[in-house]
Amino acid sequence: MVSAISVVLLFVIGIYCILATHNLIRVLIGLEILIKAVTLLLITAGFIDLNMALAQGLVITIIVIEVVIMTVAAGVVLGIHRHYNSLDVRNIRKLKG
Amino acid sequence: MSALLILVPFFSVLILNLPLKGIRRLAFGTAIVLSLLQMASVFIPDSILWKAAQGAFGGIFNFELQGADILSKVVLFCIGMASFSALFVTRGILKDSEDKFNFINIILLAIAGMNGVALARDIFSLYIFLEITAVSSFILIAFNKDVLGLEGAFKYILLSGVATVLMIAGIALLILAAGSTNFALIHYALANHNKDLLISLAIGLFIVALFIKSGLMPFHGWVPDAYASAPAPASVILAGIITKVAGVYVLIRILVSVVGFSPQIRSILLFAGALSAILGAIAALTQSDFKRMLSYSSISQVGYIILGVGSGSILGVAGAALHIFNHAAFKSLLFVNSAAVESQLGSRDMDKMGGLAKQMPITGWTSVIGSLSCAGIPPLAGFWSKLIIVIALWLAGYKTYAVIAVLGSVLTLAYFLSLQRRVFFGKLNEEFKNIKEAGFNLTFPAVMLAALIVVLGILTPFILSKFILSFSSVLGG
Amino acid sequence: MSLDIFILVLLVLAALWTVMTRSLLRSAIGLALTSAILTIVMFRMGAPLAGVFELSVCAGLIPVLFISVISLTQPLTYKEIVEHMKVRLKRFWALPLIVIILGIAFVFVNAKFKVNAPLAANQIDARSLLWHLRQFDLLGQIIILFSGVFGVVVLFKERKKSG
Repeated sequence: MVSAISVVLLFVIGIYCILATHNLIRVLIGLEILIKAVTLLLITAGFIDLNMALAQGLVITIIVIEVVIMTVAAGVVLGIHRHYNSLDVRNIRKLKG
Repeated sequence: MSALLILVPFFSVLILNLPLKGIRRLAFGTAIVLSLLQMASVFIPDSILWKAAQGAFGGIFNFELQGADILSKVVLFCIGMASFSALFVTRGILKDSEDKFNFINIILLAIAGMNGVALARDIFSLYIFLEITAVSSFILIAFNKDVLGLEGAFKYILLSGVATVLMIAGIALLILAAGSTNFALIHYALANHNKDLLISLAIGLFIVALFIKSGLMPFHGWVPDAYASAPAPASVILAGIITKVAGVYVLIRILVSVVGFSPQIRSILLFAGALSAILGAIAALTQSDFKRMLSYSSISQVGYIILGVGSGSILGVAGAALHIFNHAAFKSLLFVNSAAVESQLGSRDMDKMGGLAKQMPITGWTSVIGSLSCAGIPPLAGFWSKLIIVIALWLAGYKTYAVIAVLGSVLTLAYFLSLQRRVFFGKLNEEFKNIKEAGFNLTFPAVMLAALIVVLGILTPFILSKFILSFSSVLGG
Repeated sequence: MSLDIFILVLLVLAALWTVMTRSLLRSAIGLALTSAILTIVMFRMGAPLAGVFELSVCAGLIPVLFISVISLTQPLTYKEIVEHMKVRLKRFWALPLIVIILGIAFVFVNAKFKVNAPLAANQIDARSLLWHLRQFDLLGQIIILFSGVFGVVVLFKERKKSG
C-alpha cells in the first residue's frame, strides 16, 4: 500500500527532526510528526482489514492522549524557558545521564 | 468489581475537587485509606471480588475486565505499597498545602492509571492506561519546576513519546495480523502464524518500546536524570512502582499472554537483562549523588527481573514477579531514606556525609535492611527472589547467565556497602553535627517497609511453592 | 488512485517543509497544514470521524498551543536569528535526500505481508464502538484529561515566590 511508504517517510522525517534540531519546540513538532505517521499507519491497518470502526476509535483516543501529552510538554518547555530565557536544546544537557 | 480499583481513585479526585469547604484536608486521609484498601483487596478470595465483572453498575458501565491473575495481584499490591510510602513522604517534604493537595491528586490519578494497566485484558486499553501513568509521572517529575526537574521531565517526555509511537505502531501491526485488540484473540491468531514478517516486526517494536519504558540498557538514558531530579516523593513512587508497572509488567504480560516465548525473544531478554544488571551495578559504584546511585541500582535490578523473564520458565516468571515485589519494597524504602537524609541535611552528596547512623538511627538501620535485601542477603526477602531467578536460569540451561546474575549480586553488595560506609557509618562530618532524625512522616513508612521486608524474608520459604504454582495458570493462558 | 498518491506525496512534502523551514512560527503552521492534509487522506480512506477529530485538534488546538508557547518565548535577537538561519541548513540538508532515496527505494520493494482476514464483517460504527464496546477506554480518556488539567494547574502557574 502506498500509504505504508508515507508512514515510513513521515517516521524518518520525525526522527531526523528530533535528532537534528536545536530548538525545544521543534523537538515537540518532530514528536507530533511521529504521532501522525503512526496515526496514518492505524488508518491504513483499518483500511486493509475493513475494520474502520476499530481504527477510528483508536485514532480518536490517540488524538486525545496526544493533546494531553503536548500540553504537559509545553508546560515543561515554558518552565525551562523561564529558567534559561532560551529554547535551546543544548541548555538541557546539564544532567549527564 | 475489579473496575472499582480504577473508579474509586478517580471518583476520589472528583470529589476532592468539589468546591466544598474543608474537603481538601481529606485528601491525604482518603489516599492513605485507598492504598491500604488496595493492598488488602489483593487477599480477598477470587469469587467475591475478582470475578469477571460484566455489566457492573447497573448497565451504565460495561467494562470488560476479567478477573486478575496472580501476576496482576502482585503488581496491584506493590502499587498500594509504594503509594502508601509516597503519600507519607509527600506530607513530610512538601510544605505548601496547595502543593500537597495537587500532588496527592496526581498520585491518585497515577494509581488509577496503574491499576488499569494491571487489570487490562485488551492491548489498547493497556496502552491508554499506560499513558495515564506516563502523563502523571511527567507532572510529578516537573512538579517543583526547578531546572533539573524540568530537564529530567523533558527527557522522559521525549523518550516516553518515542516509546509510545513505537507501541502504537506495534498495535497497528497486530491489528493487521490478528483483527482485534483483545489479548486472548490476538494470542489465538498468533499461535498459528508464528514466523510472519509482520508479526516479528510488531513484536520487535513492542520490545524496543517496553525496553525504553523500563529503563533497560541501552535505552536507560532518561532514568537517572528523571529519578534523581524529581522531588523526593515522586522518586519514591516513580522508582518504587511506576517504572515497573509501565515497563516490566507490560513486557511480561505481553510475552506471557499474547506473544509467547520464542528462543529469539528469550535471547534478547537475557542479553539486555544481563547488560543492565552488570553495567547498572558498575555505574552505581561510581556515583556520589545518593539518588543517582539508587537510580542506577534500579536499572540493575530491572535487569535481574528481565533475566528471570528471559529464562522462559514458570520458575523464572515467578522469580521475576517476586523480584518486582521485592524491588518495590526495598527501593521505596531506600528512596524514603534518601528523602529523610536530604530533608535533614539539604544535600545528596555522599562524599560530604558520614556517620549519620548515630544521628538518624531509624533511617540508618532501615536503610541497612533495604540495602541487604537488594543485595540478596538471607534471610531478607530479596534473597529469595534472586535465588529463584538464578536457579531458573540454571535449570533452563542458561548457565553463563546464571553466573552473570551471581556476579551482579556481588557488585550490588559492593555498591551498597560503599553507600552505607559513606552515608551512615564512618566518620561524622563536622558540618552535620547537629542533625536530628527526620520527622514521623519520613520514618514511619521506612519502618513499615523494613518490617515488611523482614517478615516476608522469613515467611517466603513457606509460601513459596504455592506462589510459584499459581504462575502456571499465568503462563498457560 | 493517482489522486490518492498525489495527496500522500503532498503529505510528505508538507512534513518536510514543516521540519526544514527556518522560523518556528512557520513550523507550527506547517504542522497544521500537515494535519489538514492527513485529514484529507483519512476522508479518502473512509475514516470521516477520525478525520474530523484530526482536523479540529491536531490542525487547530495543538498548533494554537505551540504558537502561544512560541509567542510567550520570543527570545532571540535579530542578529541571533540571522546567525541561526545560516547554520541550520548545514544540519538539515541531508533530510530531503534521505526522503527521496527512501521513497524511490520503497516503490520497488514488494514485501509480502500475510494479513489475517478480519474477524467478522461487522459493520458497527465507530461511535457505537466507543460508547458501547470500549467504555473502559472512554474512562481512560476521561482520566487522562483530568491529569492534563492538573498538569496545566501545576506547570503553567507562575510561582508567587521566586525560584
